[in-house]
Amino acid sequence: MRYAGGVDVGSTQTKAVVIDEARRIVGRSLIMTGANVVTAAQEAFQSALDDGVVREADVGYVIGTGYGRYKVSFGNDQVTEISCHARGAAHLFPGTRTVLDMGGQDTKAIRVTETGDVLDFCMNDKCAAGTGRFLQAASFALDIPLGELGGVAQGATRPVKISTTCTVFAESEVLGWAAKGKKIEDILMGVHRSIAARSVSLLRRVGVEEQVTFTGGVARNVAMVAVLNELLGVPLQVGEDSHYMGALGAALFAMDRIVAGQAAPAGAAS
Amino acid sequence: MITEQDIVGRGAVEGAKLMRDWFARLDVAAERKETAAYVFVMGSLAEVLRAFDMHLVFPEINSLQTAVRHVAHEYLGMAEEYGYSPDVCGYVKADVAMQLQGGKHSMGRLPKPALALATNACNTYVKWAEFWERYYKIPMVTLDIPGSRTAAGGAPPGTDAFESDRRYLEIQLRELITECERLTGTTLNMDRLREVLNYTNRMAAAWKRVLELNQSRPAMFNALVDGTIYLGVLNALRGTKEGAEYFERLVEEMEYKAAHGLGTIQDEKYRLLFVGVPCYPIFRRFHEMFADQGGVFVASSYLWFAAGGLDLGFQYDLERPIESLAEGVLVGVRHAGDAMLFHDQSLIEQVDQFEADGVVYHPVKSCRTVSTSLAGSRKALMKARDVQCLFIESDMMDRRVVSEAQLKNRIDAFFEGLSSHRLRTTSATA
Repeated sequence: MRYAGGVDVGSTQTKAVVIDEARRIVGRSLIMTGANVVTAAQEAFQSALDDGVVREADVGYVIGTGYGRYKVSFGNDQVTEISCHARGAAHLFPGTRTVLDMGGQDTKAIRVTETGDVLDFCMNDKCAAGTGRFLQAASFALDIPLGELGGVAQGATRPVKISTTCTVFAESEVLGWAAKGKKIEDILMGVHRSIAARSVSLLRRVGVEEQVTFTGGVARNVAMVAVLNELLGVPLQVGEDSHYMGALGAALFAMDRIVAGQAAPAGAAS
Repeated sequence: MITEQDIVGRGAVEGAKLMRDWFARLDVAAERKETAAYVFVMGSLAEVLRAFDMHLVFPEINSLQTAVRHVAHEYLGMAEEYGYSPDVCGYVKADVAMQLQGGKHSMGRLPKPALALATNACNTYVKWAEFWERYYKIPMVTLDIPGSRTAAGGAPPGTDAFESDRRYLEIQLRELITECERLTGTTLNMDRLREVLNYTNRMAAAWKRVLELNQSRPAMFNALVDGTIYLGVLNALRGTKEGAEYFERLVEEMEYKAAHGLGTIQDEKYRLLFVGVPCYPIFRRFHEMFADQGGVFVASSYLWFAAGGLDLGFQYDLERPIESLAEGVLVGVRHAGDAMLFHDQSLIEQVDQFEADGVVYHPVKSCRTVSTSLAGSRKALMKARDVQCLFIESDMMDRRVVSEAQLKNRIDAFFEGLSSHRLRTTSATA
């Protein structure tokens, strides 16, 4: 059995996926990226191998993606996370024509072909407003774990309006609403709506065509999915592996290279 | 007998030298306490001013030089400490900082202005020129040049509407001439004006030809890097003998390269159009991020809208110089405005003419005038042509908003898209 690997080194987390020849995920892992990007990539890949009970020698090709893709020193090639998220989304949800990826510091709107090729894309520029980092700021300010924000926000009855677009200033605005006695649920829903509005704006720039698949770490946030569904007016497709979509796309590209008979260069994983 | 070694790359080398010499002359003028006319590239009226033998200072060119030389942040910081907002145009702030330092800039020193000349071609020009007017207490002339008014373009020469606009501008030109006569104490020498206009005619004809020649495969020059050097000479030496000779030699170089199939890069994989102002803080690196992947910029909107209308190849009628000058300025500035604001149709035509694979839109924080229309233009182009487009934002001056890692990521994804697009279209036609 031949396997292919994909390692997505993001600004916050590093994800790794191993797939088999049938292009099924057999192993996955997720760790915090931390300061040492090279080590994070190695550890994530090793964990994915362990998870799938796959020997490194059986992995024929590895592709690195994400901001740290050039730090995947054991990999054979690099592909941007834009192409990888598109490819992964089209693989798991074959009807995908639009992808929204919301990560730690990037939000991407991507329009794709039926085979997952990128037709057009648009990303947040220069600032992290409208990304996962915005949620992180709220989590810190309100002292609520990141993973619980979505659940808490769903209890909102009268969401506040977060007007700032700056992630740093958002923290003070959140605290300002808290000082005025607003319910935490309402403040958090305001934060979610603010982020979602910016993401929808990105999506509209590339053009929203159904079906729309939501990927990245924030796709696990139930409140964000609900708000985006409401603002877009179309249901988002979210899977259990949405968080791994970039790594999956990288692994799919890697499997393409194996099938095409491309030998892994020296220093490769195999 | 011209050899490849003699001619290939000559334009870039000679152009860089001409610019250095031009700055050196300004430095000497400053030392001698001579004064200059401060003008802008869109509607510089270089022909009139040169006919009075005035030195010309182009603050836009001085400012961009600080970014290319990686010192712009020092000038921007000084202007911001003086009170300018980070959101104000970086060109303006760098120039203000130069003036606050007595004309000191990265290439030497500038002579002080005796005249500030602005047009309405850019909505910042007038307020910028007002700074010189008040700081130096000098006369300021503002030319109100009628624009196209519609996306369909302005009234063509020969129509009543055009003639009305032309007369309106001619009256303003005569007012400018009166002001120059008052400042210099001399009357306009019409023979000298004809001589200058003739040099500009030669430059315009040559520049039009150079732009057309880059439709060849492979492209003769990189419109972003080489093109910007040529553009500098085009503006700084407009209406001069050395400018005319330079551009005629440039045509010779390009025709030689076209005849011998010599491209600007060895492996021209993707032909690209550039829309916007260059990213001067990382000028070379920006270009390399494309060139490393086989991308060559075959055309750039910058070479139209910042060419002072010379890309049209307009020829002044030397028999009626002032009337014809008004006509040329009207056509040229109107065209520059259209090239910034109504360029979707011309871009579609250029995609076809240059057989472009992709279009790179580069809006900049500093300049809303050239950036505002880009998002809509991109949409219109993608609707009209199956062509890959990249939209990347940074600045032409301020390195604080130039993130190389972010740019590289988007550029890599753009090339991945170009590659898969080519595979799709190849397999569809196979």
